[in-house]
Amino acid sequence: MGMTMTEKILARGAGRESVRPGDLVLAKVDFAMGHDLTIPPAGKIMREQMGAEKIWDPDRVAVTQDHFQPAKDAASATLGRLTREFSHQMGVKWYFEVGQGGICHTVLPENGLVLPGELVVGADSHSCTYGALNNFATGIGSTDLACVFALGELWFRVPESLKFVYHNRLKEWVEAKDLILYVIGQIGVDGARSKAMEHTGEALRHIDMEARLTMTNMAIEAGAKNGIMEFDQVTKQYLDGRAKRPYTPVTSDADAEYEKVFEFDVEKVELGVARPMSPDNYAPLSEVAGTRLDQVFIGSCTNSRITDLRRAAAVLDGRKVAPGVRLIITPSSHQVAIQAEREGLIGTFLAAGAAWTTATCGACLGGHMGVLGEGEVCLSTTNRNFPGRMGHPKALVYLSNPAVAAASAVTGVISHPSEVLEKMPAGLA
Amino acid sequence: MTLPKVVRGRAWKFGDNIDTDQIIPAKYAIYSLDEKELGKHAMEGVPDRDTWASQVTQGDIMVGGSNFGCGSSREIAPVAIRGAGISLVIADSFARIFFRNAINMGYPIMQSPQAAEAVEDGDELEVDLEHGIIRNFTKGDEYRCEAFPQFMNELLRMGGLVPWVRKQLEERRRMAASRG
Repeated sequence: MGMTMTEKILARGAGRESVRPGDLVLAKVDFAMGHDLTIPPAGKIMREQMGAEKIWDPDRVAVTQDHFQPAKDAASATLGRLTREFSHQMGVKWYFEVGQGGICHTVLPENGLVLPGELVVGADSHSCTYGALNNFATGIGSTDLACVFALGELWFRVPESLKFVYHNRLKEWVEAKDLILYVIGQIGVDGARSKAMEHTGEALRHIDMEARLTMTNMAIEAGAKNGIMEFDQVTKQYLDGRAKRPYTPVTSDADAEYEKVFEFDVEKVELGVARPMSPDNYAPLSEVAGTRLDQVFIGSCTNSRITDLRRAAAVLDGRKVAPGVRLIITPSSHQVAIQAEREGLIGTFLAAGAAWTTATCGACLGGHMGVLGEGEVCLSTTNRNFPGRMGHPKALVYLSNPAVAAASAVTGVISHPSEVLEKMPAGLA
Repeated sequence: MTLPKVVRGRAWKFGDNIDTDQIIPAKYAIYSLDEKELGKHAMEGVPDRDTWASQVTQGDIMVGGSNFGCGSSREIAPVAIRGAGISLVIADSFARIFFRNAINMGYPIMQSPQAAEAVEDGDELEVDLEHGIIRNFTKGDEYRCEAFPQFMNELLRMGGLVPWVRKQLEERRRMAASRG
């Protein structure tokens, strides 16, 4: 019997010929990540409780200061300091200071640190993002991360795989974000609970790496253990000149077993949103158009890479944010910010009346720089809109792609981008 | 920290898809290293349950619906629930990272669709952790729990991943010493 990509990576990590869904394995980890909220507890558990003195391989660890940094208050400054001290004492090779990194899930791919065929763990639920680069990547807790730091290994239950086959091509205006919101709407927030989501099909050939990362990023919003994609020319081009280690891509066998196969004609997928208060509460844009907004947020590991900002800038160019609405734009990494500056995007945002912030998770998790108050309505390019995610439990959050967010900031209500921009410029669509 | 054999307490009922931001809003992540403080704010993000933590008596039992603990990987979710005084979480099903985190902490959780469906807020429960049986004194019912794989039971019994890693490290040190 053949194996899926996910099974092959876990089998290799466990030093076994093969594994089956349901097997519990102890597997070697190729790369591990933590940040300012998860490193302090992981470091404490590793040193004080497990009694380990050093990290198994400091060259295979990345640490970012992204969630509550630059420190939003004195307590966050303490977490930042503990994260910094631990990283320096352990000799973590890929430590990203404030102003030099940004959100972990943008920083690791853009620095070529998470590679095809690898087994990657991150103490953050959106670590599943990296799977677009043909690896097994999953979110873990702080005790898990302490275990990986101490031993370089961790226990895994081999997941059942679900296969998502995408036919045809996305229509004009429709982005990877709309597709993944639609898919989650179809299967539900527990539709892939503890399972692998394997994305495949010819539609992906026309979806660039940044948009693919948006899709795997949201695997966790369907409850999945990981999201994974095949290695192709898009993957290769993205990694050329970027990959920090040699790598070996992995493919699923033709006779691999899937618990279920879903087929989608992506041409039929419309622009859409997730309505409050759950990522699976999908609605076509037409059903929510006209909803009044207090805040629009373009940011997060889901949709604030350079291609996202280019599309937002195309919509905002020469236009103004509507009175009564605030638009907050948070690049997902320092590199993205540098590129946005080079291309003049920041000038476009500032002229439109948007607030431009440093790279951080910020408002996405109700941390800082855009926390919502009671009853406020926000359209956000982020990944999760459960009650209280961005602030008050009675704030209402809609999720969308960046062009819809930008257009809605201009009109003040949820709007189709074609209402303010006739056509997305070639190369950005 | 060893697992109790039997737990008895009042049931606190919650619904489906209770996510980690409801269990402990992210703003309290600044208290990541302070279980008692986290406990004071447990479940504060669930609409209209914002004073819940102050009503809990040490040893009470939480009963959730499906996909309990979905969302973030933050281990402070089960830590906050434990900090609030809850001795055991029962759910129809758990989201995977919450599940891992609880087992890794040696914090008892049980999967029982029967109990999740039948138990009502305020019911008096007794849970036999060894045999996976939940007794509902208020209703006179009994529910079964789904069995976990043996390794997870082992982890729970030994108190979580910390003692397991300590053992592995000792073994590695012994091996290195005998080679050296």
